Formats: sequence, C-alpha cells, structure tokens
Amino acid sequence: MGSEFSAGEIMVVAAAREIRDAEVAFVGMRLPLLAFCIAKNTHAPRAIGLFEAGVIRDVPAPELLFTMCDPPNIAGAAGCVPTATVMAHLQRGDVQVGFIGGAEVDVHGNLNTSYIGSWREPLVRLPGSGGAADIACLAHRLVIIMPHERRRFRTRVDYITSPGYGDGPGWRERVGLVRGGPRRLITTLGVFGFDPESRGATLQSYHPGVEIAEIERETEWPLKVADDVHPTAEPTREELAVIRAYDREGYWTKSQV
Amino acid sequence: MSKLLTMREAVAELVPDGASVLLGAGLEGLIPFAAGHEIIRQRKRDLTVLAPISDTLFDQMVGGGCVSTVRAAWVGNVSAGLGHCYRRAVEHGQPRPLETLDYSNLTFALALQAGAQGVPYLPTRSLLGTDLLQTNPDFKVVQSPFGEDQLVAVRALTPDVAFIAVQRADEEGAAHVWGALGVALEGCASARDVVIVAEEIVDRDVILSDPNRILTPAFRVRAVVHEPFGCHPSPVQGHYRRDHAAYHEYHQQTRSPEGAERWLAEWVHGLVDRAGYLDKLGQERVGSLKAREARLAAAVDYGF
Repeated sequence: MGSEFSAGEIMVVAAAREIRDAEVAFVGMRLPLLAFCIAKNTHAPRAIGLFEAGVIRDVPAPELLFTMCDPPNIAGAAGCVPTATVMAHLQRGDVQVGFIGGAEVDVHGNLNTSYIGSWREPLVRLPGSGGAADIACLAHRLVIIMPHERRRFRTRVDYITSPGYGDGPGWRERVGLVRGGPRRLITTLGVFGFDPESRGATLQSYHPGVEIAEIERETEWPLKVADDVHPTAEPTREELAVIRAYDREGYWTKSQV
Repeated sequence: MSKLLTMREAVAELVPDGASVLLGAGLEGLIPFAAGHEIIRQRKRDLTVLAPISDTLFDQMVGGGCVSTVRAAWVGNVSAGLGHCYRRAVEHGQPRPLETLDYSNLTFALALQAGAQGVPYLPTRSLLGTDLLQTNPDFKVVQSPFGEDQLVAVRALTPDVAFIAVQRADEEGAAHVWGALGVALEGCASARDVVIVAEEIVDRDVILSDPNRILTPAFRVRAVVHEPFGCHPSPVQGHYRRDHAAYHEYHQQTRSPEGAERWLAEWVHGLVDRAGYLDKLGQERVGSLKAREARLAAAVDYGF
C-alpha cells in the first residue's frame, strides 16, 4: 500500500464512487457514514442519504459521525421519521444503493453478521443484522465493505444474515426477493464485481501495492480474476481532503473497518 | 393527575421478574440508560429485553444477569465493536444463559406496529432467503392472499413495559420528542405500560401548544420519570451530545468477566440513583457534553 493514503481511505472513496448523483442511498453504520459525506462533497451533490433510525439527509452532516443518531446528523436533516417509514422507502423500491459490512462473506456475496459456528452453540455471537438484512434484500444495488482476511472470505458463510445471490443464479428469484443483489464487494485489498452468469465474486481491481497472490491467499474460495483486472483508482487529492477534513483523527479510516 | 414517579419506584412497580421490557426505541439516541441501570441495581431477573439497537445498554443488562431473552436487530457497541457481556452470555452462559431472537430493523419495527394495531402479524418482503427465518420462530413465509408474492409474516410484539425517553413531558405523560424517532411511536402504542423518561417536566400548556409533536396520548402512559441526563452516554437532541469516549471506555473495561463486574460495581451498584451517576461523571464532563448552541425550530401557528 502506498504511503499517501490508508486502506480505509481507499475503501471509503471506492464506496463513495458507487453513489451516483441524485440517487437515494441507504447509508447504515460505520464507514459508509463517511462515504456518503465524500460523495455529497464531490461527484454526487444531489444524492439523498437514508439512515435506519429514521433520518433523511440531503446535505451531509457538518461534522464526523460516530453513529447515525449523533445530533449533527439530525440538525438540518431533510426529514426525521419513524424507522418503519424510512424502511418503507427501501421496501417499495425507492433506494438505488445500500451499503453494509459484515464479519464473513462468501463467493456469492452472502453476509454473516450473526453467528460464527453453529447458531445453537456459536463460537462467536456477532451483533446481528441491524438494518443490513433489509438493505441486502430490498435495495436495487448492494455495496459490501469488508476487511479482507481468509477467515472472513469463506466458501460458504455459517449463517446468512444478509442475502447475496444465495447459491447462485436464480436463487433470489426462487426465495421471493423482488430485486437487488450485491453489485460490489470493496475490501482492504481490492474491489470485486459479481458475474451476471455465475453470480460469483470476480476480482476487478487490486489496491495500489497489493499483489493478486496476496488476495488469493486471503480468500478461501478459488479466486476468479477479471480479464481486465487493474489497480484500483487512487483517491483524488480532493477526495482525500474531504475525508481528512471530516475524520481528522482517522477514526473510521485508520484502525477500523 | 400526576403520574410522576422516581426511577426506583417505576422499576420496582412496573418491572417484575420475567417481564418483557422495551428500552432504546431511538436506536442509537434517546436510550434510557438510567432505566436499564436501575433495573440492574434492583437485580431484576429473567427479563426479555426488546429494541432494534440499544447500543451498549443490553450488554450491560446481560452482564448484570437480568436478562434471559433478547429480541433485537443488533446488540453490541456501535462505535467500538462487539459486546463482551453479550458474547459471554451466549457463548459460555456467563453470568447466565441467554436466548437470542434475531430481527432486522424493519421487521422489529413491523412486529411492534402489529402489536400497536392489535393484529397478529404484518407482512414484509424483507428477510426472504435469510437464516433469520430458521432461527426466529416468530417469522413465517406466507403467500399473499392477493397474488403469487412470497412474504414474511412478522409476529406481533406487545412488550409488558416500554421505557421511552423524551425531551419534555407533562406530569400526566403527554410528551414531545424530536430527533431520530426509531420505533418510539410503535413502542408507546404496543406496550401494556408506558413509562416516559423525560429530560424536562413542563406545563401541560407547553405540550398542548404543539399537538403534532405529541408522542402518544397521555391515557396510554402509566408513569413519568423526570431524569435529567438520563440517556447518557447516548445523545438527546437539544440537550447533550453522544459521549463517544464512554462507549470506548466501557468496551476496554469489560473485556474480562472481572472487568465487567468492576464496571457494574463502579457505575451501577455502587451508586444510589442517576444523580449519583452524574456526580461521579463530574461537572466538567457533563458540561462538555451539553449542546453548545441552541438551534430553535420556527414556531408553528395553530390559530383558527
């Protein structure tokens, strides 16, 4: 990794670029809080952010957020409504892009944030869905943000909290999901897309300084690499300036994912 | 008629062992930590606690041995990571075994809404294909009676008691709340008993001056507790900010069972009430969290 920016910063920027201008984005917790601010301040000034506590914003919060309910996210909001109301926008199909993270992901983009091991006698009890399962079921496009480690990049996750493409093509339709599915998997090492035929994760880019062999080592499933695989576009000076103006201490971009 | 009680009275009278208790309807803000701490202090047992996300409050109550079942969308420490007490209870049965029933935020809200409407369930398109359908028996996949659509029926929840934090209330329980509402409205409408936990007690005229901002009609409120700073370390809009450091400190200090015991002894059992908690927190820290400037909304005119 180059010294000009951190893995967290390149991930936040890659996530921000998934928000197109004037789209409605479901923001959720942690890193995406920052990604929404970057998008709003750069290429997507008309984007709208939804937060599951019921907050709707069309201007970014004036200071760094630790949670979506922090008072700076509420003052000047475009709406503060019940959770059921903001989730209704998601359910009826108003949300183009949603962001979530997870503890484990598999080759079809299914995420586990609930139980490691058997759910009856788990090795690790994780926090659970929050709004993630809803976003994964109901947003038009899903963007997943994950630290890239072999123990997290599993051939099959122990528990599906937030569905990707299940066991492959046709699965979402079979279980009754009406839209959506993972579009992008952004990791500390690279960026994956999902093949429209196999519905499997395909490496599209590796972050500057990362070798594909390292990504292969840190991925339990047999890695598929796109023919035109390339280095991930570096954050621009402008994007970095916005990140660092918000997150002066690097709370979201240095130590945590 | 005044419904004012102290937190000690409200918990003693309205939270019997085995009760189901909704706390933290506002997700990451307006979490009535003072209510949870009093429940721990009174050593209530076998509670079912309910919330979409209650940040660290459920971890504390689980660590305090009060809880046998959690119904929630997310339990942990939102800005610092996993909940250590929650993990120990589920993984090792310490200090007591814990059953967890998983929801998502949407399905939790719908469960309360069904309870509020007095219907047995409400349908959703969420959770199809997830393992939550296998592990929580209160979800069933059904077909729409009006077509081919597959839906998840979410069973109604009707908590025995809901502690709902607000900025201001009158003594009868008519209350104003603003900020992230979460499931506060459905919480008040679905619970058997509602306890309003208010930063400020105001005259009835103040509340009735803005009827659209009233959370729930006072007839559904059983008790009102005046508890300034009752939500610390979570934020209350217009009153105080989130104490991020407190969540980080809690995370560090509760890594071991002994550490969690020490934390509970220091911050809950060793204190008499919320006033004692604020003394311990110290004037300087309390002062540093207070809202730095007012941002008043424009007045609304209900004239006729």
